[in-house]
Amino acid sequence: MTTEDAEDYVIDGRNLTKVYTMGDNEVRALDGVDVKIKRGELLSIMGPSGSGKSTLMAILGCLDSPTSGEYMLDGEPVHALGDNALATIRSKQLGFVFQQFNLLPRTSAMEQVSMPMIYAGVRGRKRKQRAEKMLQLVGLGERMDHTPAELSGGQQQRVAIARSLANDPAILLADEPTGALDTKTGIEIMALFKRLNREEGITVIIVTHDVEVAEQTPRVIHIRDGLIEKDVINETVVDIDPDSIPAH
Amino acid sequence: MNLIENVRVAIRALLANKLRAMLTMLGIIIGSGAVVALMSFGNGATSAITEQIEGIGSNLVTLLPGRFEGGGPDAAANADPLEYDDYVSIKENVPIAGRLAPSIENFGTVVYSNNSVNAAVIASTPEYLDIRNFEIELGRPLTASDNATGARVAVIGPDLGTELFGGLNPVGRSIKVNGVFFEVVGVTVAKGGGFGGSDDENVFIPIETGYKRLYGNSMVTNGKRTVSNVIISPLNADDVDQAMVEVERLMRRRRGLKLSDDLDFTLFSQNAFLDAFSAITATLTAFLGVIAGISLLVGGIGVMNIMLVSVTERTREIGLRKAVGAKRATILTQFLIETMMLSLVGGAIGVTFGWGVSTIVRQLDILDAQVTMGSIVLAFSVVAIIGIVFGIYPAMRASRLSPIEALRYE
Repeated sequence: MTTEDAEDYVIDGRNLTKVYTMGDNEVRALDGVDVKIKRGELLSIMGPSGSGKSTLMAILGCLDSPTSGEYMLDGEPVHALGDNALATIRSKQLGFVFQQFNLLPRTSAMEQVSMPMIYAGVRGRKRKQRAEKMLQLVGLGERMDHTPAELSGGQQQRVAIARSLANDPAILLADEPTGALDTKTGIEIMALFKRLNREEGITVIIVTHDVEVAEQTPRVIHIRDGLIEKDVINETVVDIDPDSIPAH
Repeated sequence: MNLIENVRVAIRALLANKLRAMLTMLGIIIGSGAVVALMSFGNGATSAITEQIEGIGSNLVTLLPGRFEGGGPDAAANADPLEYDDYVSIKENVPIAGRLAPSIENFGTVVYSNNSVNAAVIASTPEYLDIRNFEIELGRPLTASDNATGARVAVIGPDLGTELFGGLNPVGRSIKVNGVFFEVVGVTVAKGGGFGGSDDENVFIPIETGYKRLYGNSMVTNGKRTVSNVIISPLNADDVDQAMVEVERLMRRRRGLKLSDDLDFTLFSQNAFLDAFSAITATLTAFLGVIAGISLLVGGIGVMNIMLVSVTERTREIGLRKAVGAKRATILTQFLIETMMLSLVGGAIGVTFGWGVSTIVRQLDILDAQVTMGSIVLAFSVVAIIGIVFGIYPAMRASRLSPIEALRYE
């Protein structure tokens, strides 16, 4: 592999293994996974529960380190980094969206989006401007002072997406982002991911067990029993117009 | 992430749960308030006692017959009495003794009209009132000529005046002391309190009058006039020890004691008294401080308990913060600052509260409670230490949470 090839891949994981020891039992959550993802891709990681997809996402998201294997993130080896170095990488390179949104209670949308920038050391004015811009980008320009209790599920997930974009990450990792939403809202959120991928050039990785979600991404990696079962290119990406779904 | 941001995050986290923050702080508030208030009470008691003792007279040394150290009352009762001439000899031979006065102290029945009061009758030279810091409120003090002529005049304490005369001005009226008429010529200023009996219920008469009119032969032994005690007041505090040494030497000689003999008189210094009581009140203050400190400690444990609950409750929040880039040290600092804020704000409220209690006690004239800078510094230091010590464990727990496990926590 030449240097240019390496630069093409924003994620380049080789033989990634994660072993959990529970008492005397060894559980191989990941059993030698090779995964390469190009910059600007939109893809799904699919698999039933217990397949290892969450473990893979944790490792790709630098939330956890592999037991063995190599992981190059944006050309830098990260598989052997310590806690603090991983925190810095998460802060600068990665954005996370969760099924349960994980917003802070009693905290305004503005402050939710500001939080990652506080940790990244972005100063007051710049931070506020950036947070406003991100909330406008996800369509919440009018609700910046609202707390989670004052927002719908879809709006909360939009705040979480705005938060994940705060430090201008290269990669956005979404773990079942539509799992807690109704169909129409789920499709709206998917549309937002697709737009961010298309317009902002962000690499978006969606972890899901939902076929309807996976159908909407050009590439789907199927995981089963800690191994990649198949890695397919979707010839017919389903593109649903959210407005075609009736609200209930 | 700088400190100001960290403090803001901590304030927001605390404000998110105001009631719990208040209840947590309550232990610290009570503890630090107790430290400040109780120590102020201790200091008030110390200064009240010191004032009482110093009010007896400055640098006062009392010469008494008999040996009071270890001998018990018998030793005192069997000892030869002090002579009036002892006083004269000290006055002539020990200049460092400064001012001195011999006195006969007895209880007597004081009568005016139908009122009869049992009061301390002190027969002494005119210097006595000065040495003992008695001032004259009404009329005049006793004079040298009163003493020289053996005049039947008396100065009385204000409380005795009230008891005998009610609202009447005692000056110029006649009272009977043990059946002998005296004219009241003056009333002393109230000293308040009193140590071993009130100082405001005395009758002061000239010592000559005492010998000639009141006590007769009862105060004469072997043809020599005797006295109950001699009070000595060196001019400088530094002279007290030297004066005691010289008086002791003189008295040994006068009473014919050999070097090997035990003393059969006592020189009792006010300073020794003061030291003994200071030691007692210092112990009292320290004791109160320790009790208050224990309640502060309990408050600190309460803070730790709540912070541990808070860490568990906010596991997902911690996971999220780590996921978006918070480092271990950042989380550690955040929780440590939260604990510190609880402690220090609680400490500030507690100190103010303790100060208030102390002021109320002083205003109500219960005790001259004095809040010292030392007690405030102590309370705050302990509170700060509690904040760190009891904050570090929950903060470490929080900082060590793994982000994915924390995010999965239900």
